Amino acid sequence: MQTKLSPTLTATRLPQLHEPRNDGMPLDLDWVAAVQANTSAIERRAATLPGRRSVKKEYQAAWLCKAISLIDLTTLSGDDSAGRVRRLCAKARQPVRADILEILGMQGLTTGAVCVYHDMVATAVDALQGSGIPVAAVSTGFPAGLSPFHLRIAEIGESVAAGATEIDIVISRRHVLTGNWQALYDEMREMRAACGDAHVKAILATGELGTLRNVARASLVCMMAGADFIKTSTGKEPVNATLPVTLTMIRAIRDYHDRTGIKIGYKPAGGISKAKDALVYLSMIKDELGCRWLQPDLFRFGASSLLGDIERQLEHHVTGAYSASWRHAIG
Amino acid sequence: MTIKEIFDTMDYGPAPESASEALQWLADHGAIAGHYINGKWGARRDDFATSNPATGQKLAGVTKGTADEIAEAVKAARKAQPAWAKSGHKRARTLYAIARLMQKHARLLAVMETLDNGKPIRESRDIDVPLAIRHFYHHAGFAQLMKDELPDREALGVCGQIIPWNFPLLMLAWKIAPALAMGNTVVLKPAEYTPLTAMIFADICTQAGVPPGVVNIVTGDGETGAALVNADVDKIAFTGSTEVGRKIREATAGSGKALSLELGGKSPYIVFDDADIDSAVEGLVDAIWFNQGQVCCAGSRLLVQEGIADRFYTKLKSRMDGLRIGNPLDKCIDIGAIVDPIQLAQITKMVTDNPEGDIYQTDAPAGCFYPPTLITGLSSASTLMQEEIFGPVLAATTFRTPAEAVEIANDTRYGLAASVWSENINLALDIAPKLVAGIVWINSSNMMDAAAGFGGVRESGFGREGGWEGLAGYTKPRFTAKPIKQITPFTTDDGHPADPLDRTAKLYIGGKQTRPDGGYSNPVYSAGGKLLGHASIANRKDIRNAVEACNAAKSWSRTTGHLRAQILYYIAENLSARANEFATRINTMTGNKTGAEEVETAIRTLFTYAAWADKYDGQVHGVPIRGVALAMKEPVGNIGVFCADDTPLGGLIAAMAPAIAMGNRTVLIASEPFPLAATDFTQVLETSDLPAGVVNILTGSHADLAPTLAQHFDIAAVWSFSSTALSAEIERGSAGNLKRTWVNNGLGLTPGTHDYLAASTNVKNIWIPYGE
Repeated sequence: MQTKLSPTLTATRLPQLHEPRNDGMPLDLDWVAAVQANTSAIERRAATLPGRRSVKKEYQAAWLCKAISLIDLTTLSGDDSAGRVRRLCAKARQPVRADILEILGMQGLTTGAVCVYHDMVATAVDALQGSGIPVAAVSTGFPAGLSPFHLRIAEIGESVAAGATEIDIVISRRHVLTGNWQALYDEMREMRAACGDAHVKAILATGELGTLRNVARASLVCMMAGADFIKTSTGKEPVNATLPVTLTMIRAIRDYHDRTGIKIGYKPAGGISKAKDALVYLSMIKDELGCRWLQPDLFRFGASSLLGDIERQLEHHVTGAYSASWRHAIG
Repeated sequence: MTIKEIFDTMDYGPAPESASEALQWLADHGAIAGHYINGKWGARRDDFATSNPATGQKLAGVTKGTADEIAEAVKAARKAQPAWAKSGHKRARTLYAIARLMQKHARLLAVMETLDNGKPIRESRDIDVPLAIRHFYHHAGFAQLMKDELPDREALGVCGQIIPWNFPLLMLAWKIAPALAMGNTVVLKPAEYTPLTAMIFADICTQAGVPPGVVNIVTGDGETGAALVNADVDKIAFTGSTEVGRKIREATAGSGKALSLELGGKSPYIVFDDADIDSAVEGLVDAIWFNQGQVCCAGSRLLVQEGIADRFYTKLKSRMDGLRIGNPLDKCIDIGAIVDPIQLAQITKMVTDNPEGDIYQTDAPAGCFYPPTLITGLSSASTLMQEEIFGPVLAATTFRTPAEAVEIANDTRYGLAASVWSENINLALDIAPKLVAGIVWINSSNMMDAAAGFGGVRESGFGREGGWEGLAGYTKPRFTAKPIKQITPFTTDDGHPADPLDRTAKLYIGGKQTRPDGGYSNPVYSAGGKLLGHASIANRKDIRNAVEACNAAKSWSRTTGHLRAQILYYIAENLSARANEFATRINTMTGNKTGAEEVETAIRTLFTYAAWADKYDGQVHGVPIRGVALAMKEPVGNIGVFCADDTPLGGLIAAMAPAIAMGNRTVLIASEPFPLAATDFTQVLETSDLPAGVVNILTGSHADLAPTLAQHFDIAAVWSFSSTALSAEIERGSAGNLKRTWVNNGLGLTPGTHDYLAASTNVKNIWIPYGE
């Protein structure tokens, strides 16, 4: 059965309840050209951050719960089936064993969203009905983004019609690699328009952009063109989310906010599988952008195996004994 | 707070590192820091306390070392030194063992350092201790290589080392590792505030099998340090304030003790408008808010290009708001405690007394803490742009052009370090050599490593620590120098001129033959009593004029080595053409028959340094970053030389040739008893295309001119090979601007080519991280 969320429910569950959406701005090529990103300095900041920030005990437990609330629980495999997606959705509703959540006082905790391919959207929407958990669809010829442009635009419309309230689009890397910022801007703008009320996350595929300077510029152009979120990767590139890339992108978000007053969300995806890594990401966001960005309307982890590690850490927090994966439900 | 509440606020919460093991270590060691002499723990007295600055609680009593205890330690070091100097390989094994043991005790060292000093545990754990360990590993290698790579150098003997409280263990490593590697033995005095990690280190020395007497540690205060300075040591290595450094320079003047000084700084942090601004802001956290700003090379003067200044300050203030200040043992703290309430009071007073600019401060907890502070709208004339604060206070101003940035950056008595931020490689690499500093960081800050020399120029001191260049400070050339007697001019009752023409040699200043300011001259007689002519008596004003001429010839330092080589060859060629005349002149003056040989040697010397002019290359140090540290050899600046008396031409050229080959400008005081070969030589210079002011030649009394030259603030180095006893006077006088000195201490030195070249250059390390 395919059930669309009613418009009212959609409105209450849209992630950005208090922030105005990003309508974008005209492409400012002077600004794009002035963007600098010093790789060595960015890497140094990223490398020293884990040594500068540490959360322990109940703080760590709370931060890990926060991380769960920010996960786009994801399955993007060729062998996805309805059953597999329903299982994932059940996990999104109950990401941690009930008894653990009860001790933590965190009953009702869910993941931020479920993220699937278009064909699985209807199944996911159905499975999540009543939970308030939004469904995100990867789109536009994910992961390479090289299918005919009109089909990519049409794909967005199909996913929105199927009930996805968040669309993760992929940009044309070649526009970045050739410095064709106008083309990137136009493409992004059209995709944003096709999303309608659904929020759009622009996947930059940073592992294929060559340099951090390109990452910074592509981030900026996508925000100018109206992206609600910028996202690192599809998870299919050889290198996915990293701390240096994250620092580069969130600094671009900060500059865009300083200039326009609009808050853009950030989603690192791929390669974040350890609870400890998630904590480092959260502290980087907190220190560079501020606590406001630690809410699901402005931050998501694109991850599939991260949740399992967090569950084990939480059980350890509750019992004092190290946990085992089979003590937690698979997603 | 409940987990749900924390979930909503996302606060960091406490993340304390345990102090219990370190406190237990102190209890096990009697809770008193005391001496480690001849491989054994010595006296332990509770003469004064060392406290945890974050809490004010006493950590341990400290023994105040007496002059007798210092003497005992020096005696032990003296006895141990010859055996220790024998085998480089044995030393390498011992240094390696120390490094391994430090690694084993790394956590204890880090926690103790934070307890004693107040610095965040992140810094002691991730920076101080690993760098200290790295220093021992690296210098184990130098010990191994010394025999093959430095065959002409040997240990100095016993080194007295006095270290500061800001990096207690790291400074200990910087002092002890190179000294031991080169076969010296040491007596080290840790800082009064922070003796505790040195106690652990002493334990490690025992465990590592360091032979008794090789490492001696005497705790105490300034008086103990003064006793060490006055003790029977061969060298004093000091890191600390410029004020104390100056006193040590005066105290050791004329003693023959080698000296290296790592002193204060007011290092510029220059941000151009094409920089990665966010990274430059973050770099400041490492520059001025590292170790609460208590860092000699802290980037404490911010110079921002005017067009981006407002935006930069806004971003910087926002970054400051995110700095976490508090319990240094907390693993989530950026800024810890100021080392001592006295230091806190000093920082507070300097900021309170400042009447200018706009101040921005974040909050600090009660106690011995000072908040990160930014003061904008200052100018070079502001006290806080000139005086070292040694706290987390950043003084800021703006500039318009690259040239103006350099001008402001160099407008300081100090010259330790500098940072340059620009994404334009042409700009950054153009600015770096123009900055008067021992270290320049491109798009980075406070990078240090055992493989790269650290040290400054001007009142930041002299000598380098780390790298091949640092080894010079712990070795000396292998030659035995014999005492020289003062050579007095010949006098006579005869008074008949050897030549009926009146020949009064003038001074040579700014490329011109100049009459002396005082208007007086001395007769010069031959060994046979004939009047050979008159030589001008230069006075302090002539020195002033000669230094002005040097400054007018600054472009010489920027010429190519190729051009300098050509000019040196040309001087040699022109001298060669008049070889007989010079030989005769020398023989007539000295009464010896060595003139021809001396001229021939002088010509060879000119050829040698002409050859070196474009070959004395710097190095690319293998530092552990993706990037390079370029150790560039730069001219020292204006060098004043009292030339050897016995070889009237050879002595002049021995000093002049290397100095100008390396791009220095010189004031040469000719042989006092035999000045006329030098004055004749001005004619050779005039015909050799040497730019005016590069070489200035004065004649007159060495003793009269020594104080003026030694005290001149615009002279960067003074050398003396004079047979007059000037060494003490020169070293004392040099304390004013802490110029480099190279004096003979009454001995007939026979330096090698590399000794001259090293004295003619400063090593500047330019760190260039790269990557796109």
